[in-house]
Amino acid sequence: MQSVPPHMRPDRSFQGLILALQRYWADYGCVILQPYDMEVGAGTFHPATTLRALGPKRWNAAYVQPSRRPKDGRYGENPNRLQHYYQFQVILKPSPPDIQDLYLKSLAAIGIDASLHDIRFVEDDWESPTLGAWGLGWECWCDGMEVSQFTYFQQVAGVECAPVAGELTYGLERLAMYVQGVDRVYDLNFNGRDGAERVTYGDVFLQAEQEYSRHNFEYADTAMLFEQFRMAEEACKKYLAAGWREGNRKEHLMALPAYDQCIKASHVFNLLDARGVISVTERQSYILRVRELAKACGEAWIHTEAGGVGA
Amino acid sequence: MPDLLLELFSEEIPARMQSKAADDLRRMVTDRLVAEGLVYEGAKAFATPRRLALTVHGIPVRQPDLKDERRGPRLEAPAAAIAGFLKAAGLGSIEEAKIQRDPKKGDFYVALIEKPGRASIDVLADILPVIIRTFPWPKSMRWGARSAKPGSLSWVRPLHAITATFGLETEEPDVVNFSVDGIEAGQTTFGHRFMAPAAINVRRFEDYEAKLLNAKVVLDPQRRKDAIVTDARQLAFAQGFELVEDPALLDEVAGLVEWPVVLMGSFDNDFLSIPGEVIRATIRNNQKCFVVRDPKSGKLANKFVLAANVETADGGKTIVGGNERVIRARLSDAKFFYETDLKTRLEDRLPKFDSIVFHEKLGTQGERIARIERLAAEIAPLVGADVEKAKRAARLAKADLLTEVVGEFPELQGLMGKYYALAQGQDPAIAAACEEHYRPQGPNDDVPTNPVSVAVALSDKIDTLVGFWAIDEKPTGSKDPYALRRAALGVIRLILENVLRLPLVKITKFAIGGLPEKHAAHATTLPLDLLSFFADRLKVQLREQGARHDLVDAVFSLEGQDDLLMIVRRVEALAAFLDTDDGKNLLAGTKRASNILAIEERRDKRTFDGAPDVALYSLAEEKALAKAIDQVKAQAGAAVAREDFAGAMSVMATLRPPVDAFFDKVRVNDDDPKVRENRLKLLNQIRTATRAVADFSKIEG
Repeated sequence: MQSVPPHMRPDRSFQGLILALQRYWADYGCVILQPYDMEVGAGTFHPATTLRALGPKRWNAAYVQPSRRPKDGRYGENPNRLQHYYQFQVILKPSPPDIQDLYLKSLAAIGIDASLHDIRFVEDDWESPTLGAWGLGWECWCDGMEVSQFTYFQQVAGVECAPVAGELTYGLERLAMYVQGVDRVYDLNFNGRDGAERVTYGDVFLQAEQEYSRHNFEYADTAMLFEQFRMAEEACKKYLAAGWREGNRKEHLMALPAYDQCIKASHVFNLLDARGVISVTERQSYILRVRELAKACGEAWIHTEAGGVGA
Repeated sequence: MPDLLLELFSEEIPARMQSKAADDLRRMVTDRLVAEGLVYEGAKAFATPRRLALTVHGIPVRQPDLKDERRGPRLEAPAAAIAGFLKAAGLGSIEEAKIQRDPKKGDFYVALIEKPGRASIDVLADILPVIIRTFPWPKSMRWGARSAKPGSLSWVRPLHAITATFGLETEEPDVVNFSVDGIEAGQTTFGHRFMAPAAINVRRFEDYEAKLLNAKVVLDPQRRKDAIVTDARQLAFAQGFELVEDPALLDEVAGLVEWPVVLMGSFDNDFLSIPGEVIRATIRNNQKCFVVRDPKSGKLANKFVLAANVETADGGKTIVGGNERVIRARLSDAKFFYETDLKTRLEDRLPKFDSIVFHEKLGTQGERIARIERLAAEIAPLVGADVEKAKRAARLAKADLLTEVVGEFPELQGLMGKYYALAQGQDPAIAAACEEHYRPQGPNDDVPTNPVSVAVALSDKIDTLVGFWAIDEKPTGSKDPYALRRAALGVIRLILENVLRLPLVKITKFAIGGLPEKHAAHATTLPLDLLSFFADRLKVQLREQGARHDLVDAVFSLEGQDDLLMIVRRVEALAAFLDTDDGKNLLAGTKRASNILAIEERRDKRTFDGAPDVALYSLAEEKALAKAIDQVKAQAGAAVAREDFAGAMSVMATLRPPVDAFFDKVRVNDDDPKVRENRLKLLNQIRTATRAVADFSKIEG
């Protein structure tokens, strides 16, 4: 922390916080990936987590993932709710024995000193009905604030994890608000500069929050979205069916493109849900349809090279 | 005798699982010890967020030697049978076996098997890994590199170390040698995660507990709880407040810390404009902190108490500051929710219920609310409630389910309805019903008394019962997903505690009329079926109160009994009567009559219904009994009609002397078949007469 210039300090700069985490996990040996180039509801959807968590191969990666939760939009009026926010995601397979210590050291790297703060691991079982995934772990609390989620994946896309991966998810805005001592997300200092050079989170994202809230709740074209859902679902199934080498279900050659369509279907569903055009009973059936896609993608993935076929 | 120390050191165990896990560990280890012939003196188990610990003291050093006799084949048995016997009994040759003489069945071989007891430490090394592998966590998980292979250890969270020592107080104990999935048992544990993380070498329970305390770990959950509650009370008191006690929260918080440090923080006074329950729910559920109140006004103060897990150089200042910020954000949300809710009138929320499914086969929430309203209008006059108010209350009672605050804190349903109803100027009785119609929630919950609340509470519960009965979703065994037993018990308590007269069959029929058309077919069988469910619940209820539940059957089996209040009155009168000599003897006499009738009816393959012929009476006792029965029938019937059950019972008592005299002097099975038939008919009259008050054949004893 001492070595970085003031504008890069994690407690002064949102981007400084991100860079500090990237640096920390890079030093550990993680592959530092860039965000996946599709709309997803959480960092877990990135194929670097969902698919790479499956199969026997070692996999250590970290990345920032912009996450979209159309329903959480508040037109920029709520101090902590956003329809678009950043997650910092770390996936370590197999989960190392000292993963809790690694996590605590990452907090120290962004200026959270465990001798001054009250850091707690509070039960939080994770389940994603759309991904057909579950795991056990905790919410990590710092002085009563949930700053991360910590999960040992047991099953993803309907496939048992063997070995189990450990997943760490940092809610970056929340964490930054905490270390910067800010009560409103839009007041976060984004670039760590002062005076005229200072750029806030609001400067970057407030307008987007307002526009997307309007879009998500009022104007998103539902006819198009229903059609997109149907098309994504169909395409996903088509790619999955076509991907089996010589049709014999031993090796799959198109798990990733198929999974993109599953991601697409999931996001379109979230938009439709935010628009309030899906009834309670229908909701369940849409979730099931996405889960079926995710499970089929998981099944295909474990028949690819990275998924460990022939290993 | 030696002691066992066992510690299972892991990553953070969910607070809610700790106490049962400690009990399970104690039970499983001690049960196995006893099964192995090792009777111990005492055992105690503990849990912290990171460890389960068990001490068992006074375990014998060795198992007792076992002597066993194994019966073998007869002397002349084929060679193969003898060889098999030798192998099974572990004998070298047949000369080692004893011969047992048996003159009846023939002599046979017996092997004397002596099984020397094993050293207890070896027994422990066998049983402990099995217990660890089969430990009944509600949810367990795999982790790490070993999880790549099938059969890897499952634990609640990753298990890191096992301490297991066995030995005498005066000596250096031995490590119990075993390993589970690569974790070797030893004598090394670790202190507090942040304050004393170093390894600690432990020998036995006494130094283990002391060394942990030194390393900032309070092993005993009760001690942590005592420390938290004492400090919390103290902190509140010092500021002139009192702690709002919360045992469930205390249990949870004590399961989140190994070294409790109690701190107090505050929040802005403005937030006190939110209802106290909302503040408490926010602070309790989200932050696991306690609230405090002003002892004079009983109102919440702008303070909260938290239990941290760590002592810090700044005396907790940073921790308090952080928690204050989170609580401020949470209360801002809550205040925003509450104020947003106040902007919409409850009735304006109702249309939304039309698009929310209550149950696939029972329509929308909107339809259900309409049914409750319809039923409330029917029930209101029977419970002394204003019909219009009851209807309005039924219409509004569920509306708070769509509010932001209840969305956030489901446990505040009802209560928020009351606040919002009052805020929009509803009649206080209607507002109260919004809250109270959910009651009673369980056997210890208060029963509402306000008539409007009672009408809606009954309608809500009866609609639930009738609906789920109609779609055949009745409770079975331990499964009762819709809490129908609780609903039925609620109806029973509402009726009895408010002294209400409710014709349940009629009301049930009326309720069926409100269900979707396709369920109309149930109107014939459902009410009686549901009534017998009420009877069962009533029996459970009476049994729990120590009353005689068999009497419920005796009353229910009379025709047309669906008025629970009258049933209970009758049961009470009957119980009092059966406590008297007259009652006991009359019961005995009635049972005797029934038994004789049963035998003769079976023999003759006919019943003896119908009036006896007066002309065939030959003995004075017969005539006296016949006369008494006629009188009793008339008088008891009249008393019952007046609902004077005690009176009916006194009338019944007059039947005892003639019944006794009849059995004393009259031979039922007379040689003259006509006389016999007539006497049997008279016996049947006793049975009929007593049915004015109860079916005596259903009474036990």
